Amino acid sequence: MILLEVENVVKQFAGHLALDSVSLTVPENTIYGLLGPNGAGKTTLIRIINCITAPDSGVVLLNGKRMTPKDVERIGYLPEERGLYKKMKVGDQALYLAQLKGMSKHDALQALKYWFEKFEIQEWWDKKVEELSKGMAQKVQFVTTILHNPKLLIFDEPFSGFDPVNADLMKREILELKRNGATIIFSTHNMETVEDLCENISLVNLSKIVLQGNVAAIRASHATRTYLIRSSSPITGDDFELISQVEKDGIVESKILKKQVESNNILLGSLIKQTEIHTFEELLPSMNDIFIESVRK
Amino acid sequence: MSKITLIIKREYTTRVMKKSFIILTLLTPLLFAGMITIPLWLSSLKDTNQKHIVVIDKTNLYHSVLKNNESYIFDFVERPVEEVKKENVENKEFAALLVIHGDLAKNPNAVTIYSNEQVNLEIKTYITGLLNSYVEQQKLASYKIPNLKKMVENSRANISIPTIKWGSNGKDEIGSAELALGIGMISAFMIYLFIIIYGAQVMQGVVQEKTSRIVEVIISSVRPFELMMGKIIGIALVGLTQFLMWVVLTTIISLAVGSFIGGSVDLNSLQHASQVGMGAQSMPASGTAGMIREVYGLMSGFDFMKIAIFFVVYFLGGYLLYASLFAAVGSAVDSETDTQQFSLPLTLPIIFAIYAAIYSAQNPDGPLALWCSMIPFTSPIVMMVRLPFGVPVWQIAASLTILVLSFIGTTWMAGKIYRTGILMYGKKVSWKEMWKWLRY
Repeated sequence: MILLEVENVVKQFAGHLALDSVSLTVPENTIYGLLGPNGAGKTTLIRIINCITAPDSGVVLLNGKRMTPKDVERIGYLPEERGLYKKMKVGDQALYLAQLKGMSKHDALQALKYWFEKFEIQEWWDKKVEELSKGMAQKVQFVTTILHNPKLLIFDEPFSGFDPVNADLMKREILELKRNGATIIFSTHNMETVEDLCENISLVNLSKIVLQGNVAAIRASHATRTYLIRSSSPITGDDFELISQVEKDGIVESKILKKQVESNNILLGSLIKQTEIHTFEELLPSMNDIFIESVRK
Repeated sequence: MSKITLIIKREYTTRVMKKSFIILTLLTPLLFAGMITIPLWLSSLKDTNQKHIVVIDKTNLYHSVLKNNESYIFDFVERPVEEVKKENVENKEFAALLVIHGDLAKNPNAVTIYSNEQVNLEIKTYITGLLNSYVEQQKLASYKIPNLKKMVENSRANISIPTIKWGSNGKDEIGSAELALGIGMISAFMIYLFIIIYGAQVMQGVVQEKTSRIVEVIISSVRPFELMMGKIIGIALVGLTQFLMWVVLTTIISLAVGSFIGGSVDLNSLQHASQVGMGAQSMPASGTAGMIREVYGLMSGFDFMKIAIFFVVYFLGGYLLYASLFAAVGSAVDSETDTQQFSLPLTLPIIFAIYAAIYSAQNPDGPLALWCSMIPFTSPIVMMVRLPFGVPVWQIAASLTILVLSFIGTTWMAGKIYRTGILMYGKKVSWKEMWKWLRY
């Protein structure tokens, strides 16, 4: 089922087209990656989904219906530029932000109790934010984002600014949120996390979507017919080009480029006759490579 | 609870709980009350210190005239002047020596006060008053005309001019130009301070939300306009709380201190003094105390309620006009140090307004006063100076209408700049840029 649809969204700032007819669909209970270089328009798109900015044309549909400001309460949004009131106490602040999201004080307190216990941060309740370290504040920020149990979570560059420990915690929490039924959209530069987490992506460049779809399918379609073969002795053949060949501890590791589009079994059949094959693996391009390639085009 | 009330509540409570707010709110009334009561207290102090005045009355006519009171005791002696003077050089037993050489009815200059310090003005006034009225009585009596005393009293012109203002109902109210000026200037200055201080707080609040990067978190829950208005209203309530606390505390403290000092500030006698009117001359016995009584009396006849209500109305109008503009400036800059360049065009008209108010005070119905009480950027301050002198209703209505329309306009404009500005990070903003944001 489709949770969120963005249809032909256009946004123009004075003399600068920020989004040029952008469309995307986010299936329910999946993790969706929004990729793109700086200034591509990701944050503008995210702000439009959050009803912070209005599009010049185009619509955003949630569950097939036009988004209303009331729907925003069902979204948990962690902006790229994020922070907390420095002079306010952690507990008061979390409560305030939860109430702004439409939670009752009672519900908010209960949810906060659960999350503060889970993250073992109960003793921070009466501390001012300025007394916390950056990593501690990030945890609080994360809790306030997911506290109202939103159906849709939007994280803008969630891993930038988080230290590796918290970034890993975030990653695990994102996966758990998905297990609990949430749909997650996040924008990132970190391509490894895209491969680890995302089912679908959109790659935005120069205000346009240049690549969109399922991560596995995208990688397969960008396959360059490159294979990694580990064998007991060097291999040769006419139907492939040898890119590199190194011997290490009695195992020869070869990278080859297949010349024709033919079944892997035929190639493998000819190799088996030559020597003992330990590994035969197609090398799919990393998302990083695809990203760089698509943006350069 | 609706979201804007949540915002108002947060803005209000975080500010009201601040130590600096509590200290300022509690200490300022002490200062105000001190300004009112310390002179009173000092004048009452003098009363407890009785001074001796030695009198050498060569005519023996004025024994009964020079009566002792709580301040002065007259000791009549019959010794040569030089001897008394010499004696006092060493032991300083008395404050002054009064020598009456002859009949004052015939020679008004036949009296001298000696002292080895500068002669106290109060002593001189007191003695002159006593002798004057006695001699007057004597002279009048010597004419042997029945009821002359009464006739003279009736014919005496009261030279200290009471300014009596009549209300629309024809009822006289005792007024005083000086008092009206004082109250007008104080309230104008307070509005000036309140607009500057609380306008700057709005700006600071916006800048802090932007620099701490919480603003986008919040506007994912509420509309930017709600956030801006919540802040402006919350801070307005802080200002009103402070004003109310000042009024209440100042009143309580000055009443308490007043009654503590006792008789001379007794409110009943103050009322009485105001009813007796401006004729302080008729009470020569109480020099400065009489003057203070007079002021107190006038103040009790003054319509403070009206001034307070207009103060609140004009404070709110002026504050709302400027606060949204301050919010817009705060939203456009990236750090507090950048605010100065942009807030100058906002503080200039406020400073101009206080100067216009000072000049308007000299001629509260002149063209400068009239125009500046219509222009919304100056009217809240200038009108406060004019109000105690009385302003035609149509002018108040016109000025308030213009003010309300203007702050709706500025708030609308500021809202547009604000909602774009708060999302702009790390960009050097120009006036031209802000103008563009108006049309986004």
